[in-house]
Amino acid sequence: MAGFFSRARGDSPFKRILIHLLLILACLVAIYPVLRVLTVSLRAGGSVFSMDLSIIPPDATLENYKQILFQSDFWNWLKNSLIVSLSTALVSLILAAPAGYAFSRFKFVGRQPGLVFLLVTQLFPATMLLLPLYIMLIKLSLINTFLGLVFCYMSISLPFSIWILKGYFDTIPVDLEEAAWIDGSTPMGAFFRVILPLSTPALSITALFSFMTAWSEYIIARIVLQNQGLFTWPLGTVTLQGAYYTNWGPFSAAALLISIPVVVLFMATSRYLVSGLTLGAVKG
Amino acid sequence: MSVISTAMETAPRKKPASVRFREHMRRNRLAYILLLPAILVIVTVVIYPFFYAFNLAFTNTNMYNINSPDKTPQYNAGANFAEIFSDPQFYVILGRTVLWTVINVVCHVSLGMGLAILLNRNLKIRALYRTLLVLPWAIPQVIVAMMWRNEFNTQYGSINLILQSIGLPAVSWLTNPFWAFVAVCIVNIWLGIPFMMIIILGGLQSISPEYYEAAQLDGATAWQQFRRITIPFLKPVLTPAIVLGTVWTFNNLNIIYLITQGGPNNGTQILVTYVYRAAFDYYRYGYSAAFSVIIFLILLVFSLFYIRATRGAGEVT
Repeated sequence: MAGFFSRARGDSPFKRILIHLLLILACLVAIYPVLRVLTVSLRAGGSVFSMDLSIIPPDATLENYKQILFQSDFWNWLKNSLIVSLSTALVSLILAAPAGYAFSRFKFVGRQPGLVFLLVTQLFPATMLLLPLYIMLIKLSLINTFLGLVFCYMSISLPFSIWILKGYFDTIPVDLEEAAWIDGSTPMGAFFRVILPLSTPALSITALFSFMTAWSEYIIARIVLQNQGLFTWPLGTVTLQGAYYTNWGPFSAAALLISIPVVVLFMATSRYLVSGLTLGAVKG
Repeated sequence: MSVISTAMETAPRKKPASVRFREHMRRNRLAYILLLPAILVIVTVVIYPFFYAFNLAFTNTNMYNINSPDKTPQYNAGANFAEIFSDPQFYVILGRTVLWTVINVVCHVSLGMGLAILLNRNLKIRALYRTLLVLPWAIPQVIVAMMWRNEFNTQYGSINLILQSIGLPAVSWLTNPFWAFVAVCIVNIWLGIPFMMIIILGGLQSISPEYYEAAQLDGATAWQQFRRITIPFLKPVLTPAIVLGTVWTFNNLNIIYLITQGGPNNGTQILVTYVYRAAFDYYRYGYSAAFSVIIFLILLVFSLFYIRATRGAGEVT
């Protein structure tokens, strides 16, 4: 028996077929619900309550897409989401890059407790910070504002970004800065002119993850934004599908339109997220 | 001044505290400058709210007395904690949360490991499989929850249509507490497999095939190879992934809140959905803060315990 757990070179044909069958089955389970969203989005308004199981419905139409694009607040939701997510990503990055560098290179007082604290924030249940933040926002009259929402998102994205960037800076050899110091650069100058340009890929990935966290967030946005005009797309899309009324067509069309760019971005970058997480975790 | 400090540097021990402090500051000044902006924001959005939550937990704050001129929130000597611990419902929900977490994490790890093992070989369309299998993780969770909620619809959802087409009875997924719990578990298992699969696949790829070849020469069975080679080598990636996965599942609000809101009849309520509703649907701020603190402490104890346990085992082998 060729090792089942090793990268087999000599799998028997029977075993190869079995492996492919299992993988195809798993892929079907993974994509079927998504295909169903496509199906429902293509249905005509009249056949919302269809019991048909075919992927492309017989009466396929783009009616739902038209309705979403031209008759709903879709564009407004997108604009709101963009404002909130871009601000979150930018501010997190600007604050986290220097902090991550300090954690990576210096032995300042409180470094070790600080690192542990960054990890402990991952243990907080959502309400642990959300409730105090919500009360703070009310007292500061920041409820129902994008600033208030970005404020809440910082509590998630900032610790995470610092952790990821610290892990990345750890992989850059110190020799590079030392060379810059010898050439007469100040430590601050070395950070800005040597380390930051080298880290562009890690910086953009980190910003992207902050962006995507804010982009897809529902639970916090629901609390902070009550004014319909300020709704981000997750709030808006959920209103498309009332609690009991099953208005699936427009919801599905909106869901697909919004998911496609996020899914593509995610696919392109997921391997970096994984290596970032494990890198940080292994190095401690 | 500088003469003194350089003289001090050459003397190997017992520098006065003030000199050591000055040296430390000189060496680390940049660190404090770089950290300052992030620390200011973290103090505002994480540390202050964190302590605020602890303080809130010992008060009777709610929506009606928080901003009212004639009623002010009072410290209530741990009455929130007493109420939570004397409520039988707390233990039911705690038990369900543990069950929810165990079911999900066990399925995530075992199915993720199975898929990773299948993928860890020379297949021509491996990249395609990998891409399709990661899809559930890539879709925003709000959409995942809403699309599955539709599919669990008793009459028009595809799950029941498929069940009926193979001759099984339709299940009232979201109106029966037991089936609703099964439904949210199915969704969350579906959602969480790709993360574990990718982590484990990365781990598997770093194991040299030579170990397996040597084991086969010694006549080790597939199971023995799995136990003695695969698992020990995966441990460094698996331990943090399991801790993270457990914490994320324990704290996962999105799926249950969006699919069932904890219903029907509180039958799918887990700790975080319960406390979210207590805070924002019933406006019991002090009580919810106490509840959040309890959830946090449970997770803290678990993480410390788990990390210590696995680290101990790692040292033995």
